[in-house]
Amino acid sequence: MPRYLRNLIIALVVIAVLIGLDFVFQGRMLNPYFVRILMLSGIAITLAVSLNLINGFTGQFSIGHAGFMAVGAYSSAYFSVNYGVNLANSLGGGKVGWVVALLVSTLIGAFFAGLAGLAVGIPSLRLRGDYLAIVTLGFGQIIVVFLNNIEAVGGARGYSGIPIVKSFFWIFLVAVLTIVIVYNIVNSAFGRALISIREDELAAEAMGVNTTRYKVMAFVISSALAGAGGVLLAHFDGYLNPKSFEFIKSFEILIMIILGGLGSIVGSVLGAIVLTVLPEALRGFAEYRMVIYSLLLIILMITRPQGLLGSTGPLKAWRKRRKLTAENAGGGPAAAPTSPSTVATQPERPAPGGENLR
Amino acid sequence: MIPGLKKRISVSRALVHDRLKPNTPTPPSKTLQLRSVFLCVVLVILALAFSCSRQPENGEQPVNRSTIKIGYFGDLSGPNYNFSQSAMNGVLMAAAKMNQYGGIKGRQIDVVIEDDRGSPEESARLTAKLIDRDKVIAIVAGGVSGNSLAAAPKAQSSHVPLISPSSTDPAVTKTGDYIFRTCFVDSFQGEVMASFAAATLQAKKAAILFDFNSPYGRGLTDFFEASFRKLGGEIVNKQSYKQGDTDFKGQLSSIEAAEPDVIYIPGYYGDVALIAKQARALGLEQPLLGGDGWDAPELWQLGGDALNGSYMSTHYSPDSPSPEIQSFVEEYKQRYQNLSPDAHAALAYDATRLLFDALERAGTTDSGPLRDALAQTKDFKGVTGLISIDADRNAVKPAIVLKLQDADFIYQETIQPKTSEPQPTPQSPSPARSRRSGFSN
Repeated sequence: MPRYLRNLIIALVVIAVLIGLDFVFQGRMLNPYFVRILMLSGIAITLAVSLNLINGFTGQFSIGHAGFMAVGAYSSAYFSVNYGVNLANSLGGGKVGWVVALLVSTLIGAFFAGLAGLAVGIPSLRLRGDYLAIVTLGFGQIIVVFLNNIEAVGGARGYSGIPIVKSFFWIFLVAVLTIVIVYNIVNSAFGRALISIREDELAAEAMGVNTTRYKVMAFVISSALAGAGGVLLAHFDGYLNPKSFEFIKSFEILIMIILGGLGSIVGSVLGAIVLTVLPEALRGFAEYRMVIYSLLLIILMITRPQGLLGSTGPLKAWRKRRKLTAENAGGGPAAAPTSPSTVATQPERPAPGGENLR
Repeated sequence: MIPGLKKRISVSRALVHDRLKPNTPTPPSKTLQLRSVFLCVVLVILALAFSCSRQPENGEQPVNRSTIKIGYFGDLSGPNYNFSQSAMNGVLMAAAKMNQYGGIKGRQIDVVIEDDRGSPEESARLTAKLIDRDKVIAIVAGGVSGNSLAAAPKAQSSHVPLISPSSTDPAVTKTGDYIFRTCFVDSFQGEVMASFAAATLQAKKAAILFDFNSPYGRGLTDFFEASFRKLGGEIVNKQSYKQGDTDFKGQLSSIEAAEPDVIYIPGYYGDVALIAKQARALGLEQPLLGGDGWDAPELWQLGGDALNGSYMSTHYSPDSPSPEIQSFVEEYKQRYQNLSPDAHAALAYDATRLLFDALERAGTTDSGPLRDALAQTKDFKGVTGLISIDADRNAVKPAIVLKLQDADFIYQETIQPKTSEPQPTPQSPSPARSRRSGFSN
């Protein structure tokens, strides 16, 4: 079967399943409280997977994810309140109108968050080491202060009156898209360059990888996806408060990916779900809830310091095994070995003497 | 550094290595994978087990007609936990008293309590949880305005009345017709302090130090500023801080240079106590003015003598000789280890009783009639004064000003709501209607 056909079928199946689930949940066949937690997990997945691209795969320590989320959330909320409602109504005000309005506002949120990522990334990603952490932390704080003082979006009082458009389908479509985007990036030449930067920036640069460019690109994509997550959150409760985007939120997302395993997409998804469900599940313990929650995190980090799925997720390992057996069966190394650096810049040439200089 | 980073790097190095030499695979250790999968499964099962354990009980709830469930949530472990603790006590006391007298039409009251840790996001989540899972018929909650604003859309869309005991931000009840409050709004409180400063204290120049992150502080600041100017006063200096700051000397020095007659600090008790201490240390002797955010017994523990000579506007005074207040204070002390009830306890107590009153008048727990009964509340005799609900679902009621002196709050004056309200003011003490509620004192 051709590759594109296979992908198309997979995409259609995923969409069909999501629509089906959406229908089930809208029909109140499940307690709305559980559907709500499920949807919050979906938003958390978007955020965690996007952060993993920059923290897990590129190895840059960003702790300002909540800031980008806030940019996406507020810009899209502003659009929805001032133009989105009109747009939806002019298109009939029904489901179609809202799908278009939400699509536009998601794109706007992602765009502005990406722009913010570019503004933060260009100066700070030229630096090495921990500087990015400090700059992103600062950015997160600046955004909160800004939001507290912009009266057009409610200021410290919070932004209320945002149209509530929450659908299981939409939230998980964005989550799935995020996973697909990050997965494809990581498994492409671009992704190899990112991983080479994570492993050894100096070596990567020596091999011809334009490290700054790749880091900025990864950072912008990660920020834009975080912005899309913010859009979902803005339209979820219909209310935004700058308090929700303080640095503690960035750390929550960071914990998700560290718990799940840095550099593992499945791990991020799992971490996001566990950290969304766990606090809710522990509600039965009342005052001890946060104590138990913290204890569980500590125990997890002691027993599995590399995260739940470490850097070898079961899916990845399985794929690799399958690939290797396929190659072995095919008789010797069919594909020319490619190192990350050569993919990024220059085509590999055989050495003149016919000998492999490796 | 992150623990395990070394290991991670070495594993991924191996991955890169593999690409170079595809013929020599390094099989990932099977036990490691199995262990991680096992751990994940255990975690998810654990989580599901916890969340499901109460599911059956939940399913039976609508059938069980014997109890009436109401919800409460508040900041029980965050920065303002004191307010919420008091408010929770107030709600529980009102419910316990109602249950002692046989409940509402024979049905007992059950209060479901949740902790929002002071986060607006968490408040929204909890509201959904209380409504969808616990099936409460009404929520008495939302101390801090930001949290009430976050909770309101869900309560409104589910048609469950949300009665905020102490959110003074005007925007809260504008969310919809199911959102009520039983306290006065920021605008009134700001005006009260401004008129007290101008008329009673004869102040001409005022300085303001407010929490720029809190809608409460900003609201009070705006209304104080506007009214004080209207009354002929001048705002000579305006400084801001952030909740949790510990050093205010910079702002205070700047205020000192402006030589104000009074300093208005519409913050919460924790920060205010520190500000007062540092202001006195710098030699600022002017009276400090504040709002109901000061009203916690802990203010004295944190601030001590530095607070002497300050004034605050609040909802009620436990020292008032009125018999309603005295019997409330006595009973509260009996129940809660001799603690004196602060304004938040009184407000939550009133809000809960107001809900019970509406339930009795409505005669049903259906949301529509209950909402209408709440909206029609008039001259309800609460410990914080006569409460009427106006067309905007706000309470029309008086505010009082207290003087802070030697670890005590001394009653100064009561300021009635303006007569320009669309409602007839509840100034006349004539009880408009007789209350049937079992615990009217």
